[in-house]
Amino acid sequence: MSRLIRMDHTGHSTLAEWTAGDQAAYDAAVTAFRRELDGGYIGVVSEGEGRATQVRELPAEADLVIMRRPIAGG
Amino acid sequence: MSEAALPELAAVPWRKPETAATLRTRARLWSLTMWAHVVPFCITAVVLFLIEPWSAPVGAIALAQAWIIPGLYAVRGANTVRPRGPRNDDAEPVAQGLLGDLLDHDARKLQRTTGLAMERGGLGVWLVAERGALLVVPGGRVCHCFCVAADGDELPPSDRIAHLLLALRTDEQGFATVANHAFAGAPWRVRRRLSPDAKPALAAAVHAARSSA
Repeated sequence: MSRLIRMDHTGHSTLAEWTAGDQAAYDAAVTAFRRELDGGYIGVVSEGEGRATQVRELPAEADLVIMRRPIAGG
Repeated sequence: MSEAALPELAAVPWRKPETAATLRTRARLWSLTMWAHVVPFCITAVVLFLIEPWSAPVGAIALAQAWIIPGLYAVRGANTVRPRGPRNDDAEPVAQGLLGDLLDHDARKLQRTTGLAMERGGLGVWLVAERGALLVVPGGRVCHCFCVAADGDELPPSDRIAHLLLALRTDEQGFATVANHAFAGAPWRVRRRLSPDAKPALAAAVHAARSSA
């Protein structure tokens, strides 16, 4: 089961879940992903071992895609 | 489609990318700044004493200035990782769970006791806090302090750390470039101004940085 989550004021919210072969669920996840991108969030796939990749399209095979907010110098 | 560079870099186009070399330059400039503050006050104290021993109290004040001013810069550096802002206690356990999933066992344990997430990178060993980060360069002799935070005050503390951690893991050089550099100096200078809870994290980062040199 793959998940799309957004880090927000609740800790994090699950926006969508999909499995390989469930195209309808994946399409819904893509819609949610694009909506968050339009809202200013940034998609990131954590790859463990200190690595993460920013994504602009929802990777179907990723276990977990995290939407984060932009950072800035304080 | 994936991207290697942080999109936040577009907000700071005038900044040159931070590299090991630029960080070394920053460290040298901070050392120079420290000496520029310390040496004149020390010379003043000595000269005054040689001219007129009764001026010793004035000399003592000059020596105090030589000690206090660099200390204030170190306070500025240590403040970058001091917890501040709303705590959002209701959401914190959920955020802590996600952050824990992003960290390995040792880093998770360290974060829960110190509030700082340790991350090994190409530039050195990072300690990521809610609204800032420390970087101990390989060798463990210099600690850089950065101010950087995710947008929005309503995020729980662990979520703030997770935001910074993911950005750091995506593009370490970009992360250091986007962040505002606040201070560079010997780790002991920063350590003295950290909260007691946070001190073990800096000790662990220095140890890791020495091991990686």
